[in-house]
Amino acid sequence: MPFKPDLHWSDVTPEALFLNRRQLIAGAGALLASPALAETPSETLEPTSLEDITSYNNFYEFGWDKGDPAAKAGAMTTKPWSIEIGGLVDKPGTYDLDDLVKGQTIEERIYRFRCVEAWSMVVPWNGFELAALLNRVGVQPSARYVAFETLLRPEEMPGQRDGSFPWPYVEGLRLDEAMHPLTLLATGLYGQPMPNQNGAPIRLVVPWKYGFKSIKSIVRITLTDQQPPTTWNILQPSEYGFYANVNPAVDHPRWSQASERRIGAGLFGGRVDTLMFNGYADQVASLYAGQDLAVDF
Amino acid sequence: MSDWLNATARRVPTAVLYLAGALPAIWLLVAALRDNLGPDPVKALEHGFGLWSLRFLLASLCVTPLMRLRIRLLKFRRALGLLGFGYAVLHVATWLMLDMGLRWGQIADDLTRRPYIILGAVALVLLIPLAATSSNGAIRRLGAASWNRLHRLAYPAILGGAIHFVMIGKVWTGESLAYLAIALGLLALRLPRLFIGERIAG
Repeated sequence: MPFKPDLHWSDVTPEALFLNRRQLIAGAGALLASPALAETPSETLEPTSLEDITSYNNFYEFGWDKGDPAAKAGAMTTKPWSIEIGGLVDKPGTYDLDDLVKGQTIEERIYRFRCVEAWSMVVPWNGFELAALLNRVGVQPSARYVAFETLLRPEEMPGQRDGSFPWPYVEGLRLDEAMHPLTLLATGLYGQPMPNQNGAPIRLVVPWKYGFKSIKSIVRITLTDQQPPTTWNILQPSEYGFYANVNPAVDHPRWSQASERRIGAGLFGGRVDTLMFNGYADQVASLYAGQDLAVDF
Repeated sequence: MSDWLNATARRVPTAVLYLAGALPAIWLLVAALRDNLGPDPVKALEHGFGLWSLRFLLASLCVTPLMRLRIRLLKFRRALGLLGFGYAVLHVATWLMLDMGLRWGQIADDLTRRPYIILGAVALVLLIPLAATSSNGAIRRLGAASWNRLHRLAYPAILGGAIHFVMIGKVWTGESLAYLAIALGLLALRLPRLFIGERIAG
């Protein structure tokens, strides 16, 4: 009887999956928190180019145009940098950034990034979990929300000289969202220190929410028992909610959120379907059990 | 000044305007194909075509008021209007094919539920009969009076286009508001003819 091999091409790990494993390992912190992800045959997350990530930004402190931050954010002083942590914490105070980052494990996390304007990127962030910072300063039992504030420095941020916007930019999370292992304080991307236009020296990254929740250049973190005001919600409450979870079923009043265009896909890249919670439903959907996400948009 | 302008305008054939008017489209397409339009070439192309459409249409609205200043550019008005229409078609084609990627379900949804897209679509539809009757033969067949009446559709179409531009952004930009202001200004110049003029005459 002639030799018959038991192994077929189907037994070989497909290249895409094989490559993807590297990225899954990179996101191991998140993975440990939710073993479900390991079984999900996820798409290959090919990071957007560094050039696109650093030249296509919404950072209105430097102007309305996507190219303004890259052109003008160089003027922002990021050293020294301190964050004032206060409210319902055990150890309030003004902390030097270096002291806050010291002792934290900086991981690489490759996350999808979905803007409310229906474009998206894939960004290889470097950072540590917000929960690690909050645990270090001690969250008091009465705390239910975390409020964040961006630097207010009009002399270095020309967009802040525009009086039509309620500067400084503020954002907020519910405490369980803030403590979730996917929620990151990012200090860099592509293994480099955070470029100014992307929110140097430290910014929030909440990958299952629209990009505007991921506040940049943070100078204040306050634990509260009340839902804090958030900038886009103040400006246009009918269009931007507090939660702002990526949700293809709940449209922006002026455009659909069912699909998105990947930056870097080129002229004929077309659209891809937007995923519930930006593809992180397995990890975060339980946070919103019992909530009507069309109401709490 | 106006004499020199009028003399020059008489000498320049309209074909020159058509050729010059095609240059922005050629530039945009070449830049897009050479990957020179930045991280989001689809939006840049779509926005560029829409902006040039608005520019040519607003220029066409300038022709009549300039006549009151004795600057006669009437022979260029058809070219300006058709260029504006052509860029509007390129704008919509870019939206359908490159931006929406021919996702017809989502396109139909947008066309029925998004005010700024409905407004833009209505503006384009209003321009179609104008483009279709932009020949001397059509003016003869319709008669000058009804042709003129029909071509007043340009007013709501251009106003719709300008408002469409203002409504797109996450915030109202100075640029889009400036275009709207120019459109409103040029349309306001028509008001005396339509209302006040008649009252004074009466």
